[in-house]
Amino acid sequence: MNGEKPSWLIEIVSKLSELGIRLDEAKNVLKMEVAPESLREAAKILIQYGYDHLASISGVDWSTKGTIEVIYFAESYEPEKRGTLIELKTATSRENPKLPSLVDLWPNALLLERETWEMFGVVFEGNPDLRRLLLPPDWSGPPPLRKDYRVVEEGIYVEYE
Amino acid sequence: MLSMSSEFVSSRLLFKEGDESTYELFIGPQHPASGHMRFIVRLKGDIIVSVDPDIGYVHRTMEKLAEGREAIKAIPLLERLTIIDSHNVTVALVTALERLLDAEPPPRALYLRTLLSEINRIASHLYGMGIAGIMLNHSTMFMWAFGDREVWIQLAEELTGARLTHTYSIPGGVRRDLPQGFKEKFEKAARYMEKRLQDYMKIFLLNPQIASRYEGVGILKKSEARRLSIVGPNLRASGVKYDARLADDYGAYKELEFEVPVREEGDCMARMLVRVEEIKQSLSIIRQVLEKMPSGPIFAEKYLKLLPPKTREQVLKTGHVKLPGIFASLKLPAGEAVARAEMGHGEIFYHIVSDGSTKPYRLRVVTPSFRNVVLFRYLPPGHRFMDFPAIYGSLDYFPPEADR
Repeated sequence: MNGEKPSWLIEIVSKLSELGIRLDEAKNVLKMEVAPESLREAAKILIQYGYDHLASISGVDWSTKGTIEVIYFAESYEPEKRGTLIELKTATSRENPKLPSLVDLWPNALLLERETWEMFGVVFEGNPDLRRLLLPPDWSGPPPLRKDYRVVEEGIYVEYE
Repeated sequence: MLSMSSEFVSSRLLFKEGDESTYELFIGPQHPASGHMRFIVRLKGDIIVSVDPDIGYVHRTMEKLAEGREAIKAIPLLERLTIIDSHNVTVALVTALERLLDAEPPPRALYLRTLLSEINRIASHLYGMGIAGIMLNHSTMFMWAFGDREVWIQLAEELTGARLTHTYSIPGGVRRDLPQGFKEKFEKAARYMEKRLQDYMKIFLLNPQIASRYEGVGILKKSEARRLSIVGPNLRASGVKYDARLADDYGAYKELEFEVPVREEGDCMARMLVRVEEIKQSLSIIRQVLEKMPSGPIFAEKYLKLLPPKTREQVLKTGHVKLPGIFASLKLPAGEAVARAEMGHGEIFYHIVSDGSTKPYRLRVVTPSFRNVVLFRYLPPGHRFMDFPAIYGSLDYFPPEADR
């Protein structure tokens, strides 16, 4: 962020700090780590300040740490806010990954949560539509974007019987 | 996707109430018009009750594949997301990689990126308009748009050496300098395009038969567009002035003047007209780029100096960049980077997480078609079934891009 901090940004930062959220300002991204319990509270504050939709929900599987990180990127259409993304980072266990759904707050989380559920196995409690989205109906095996799912390559020269 | 409990599926009667029956109809996945997806449509008589877009038929596991190869190889992989708009797809990826690598491309490279991005945008809009035309059985619009798209593909080939898979932007710059005589060729193409846009209006968008299919059909309200996180021309046709070229800092857009066309109606017609206006803006951007383009190197000094002296001389003389050997095993510093760019279809978003190895630990991409697919659920209900192809065409939805 260049130059003077705009007033809306100072307000967001102070409101979120009240929730006990740790913030970190990088270039054009306001980063924060949030416990799953305060996820919904943080989202409500961001919506009040014009961050009314998500650009992405993505999982990151830290298999050695035993956690799955879920990262939400909130975005705003407002001219003074569009240059700043807000990154909400939360983590859940690999064995029993569960997070509250944000569909009722950010409606476009519907498909993004569906995809993250399918690819990482994270259950979003409250999402009414956790069905397969991109994978074929007969898919089996661990969620494919987890690190223990290995892509098996056939190779070029194979025996054909 | 639905589970396949029986061997085949066909439309079926769901329930009957007096004279009224509700049917479930399956469209696709083989090419309902521009294919690779399925719609499960519920119809009450001729009126659409609900639509469930069933996507994933062209899912190619791009995010997983990108984790398994060196970062530089993600560029030719991910440009296949939207082959018709391949530079706009990858320019944000390259920008994100540069933010991780701390590599600053020289100004001339930024201008060249913008040049190809806008050529891509025109070609992408023409593709979308052609498909929209054939969805309404207007073969002329299809043939004209696809024929005229060839002009922009040829210009892109002139610049990059490839018709569609340009792989033009690389971390630190671009692969090739501007060829001689490019400006003259572009001017000819631009004059042609400006005239052709008038022809398109006459035969297609102002044609009363087409106008009656588009006007007032599939209205997306401003508040809905915001709530559903719509991007691109579909968003701007509903009165929201948002464009990733204004939101993120990439290419040379900061130094150029351009309008972001916005319309208030939010119907199919508005979405098509926004695209026509955007083509005009792209022509103006390219003119400015060719006018203002600074001279200088097209590849960052940081990487250029890694080349053997003879090769470096050759690169500077011919304007064709040879990649330094280090690119094969470029270590991405641990950390993360995000970048956004405006494609023909809307905003594309990248998030790269690195643990310090040569391969990205996680590469997340959210494409504009994936964000817009939700519109198939919201726009058609209440319309007659014949409005479905009109709405579909006006959304410029591209299945391989949404499925990744």
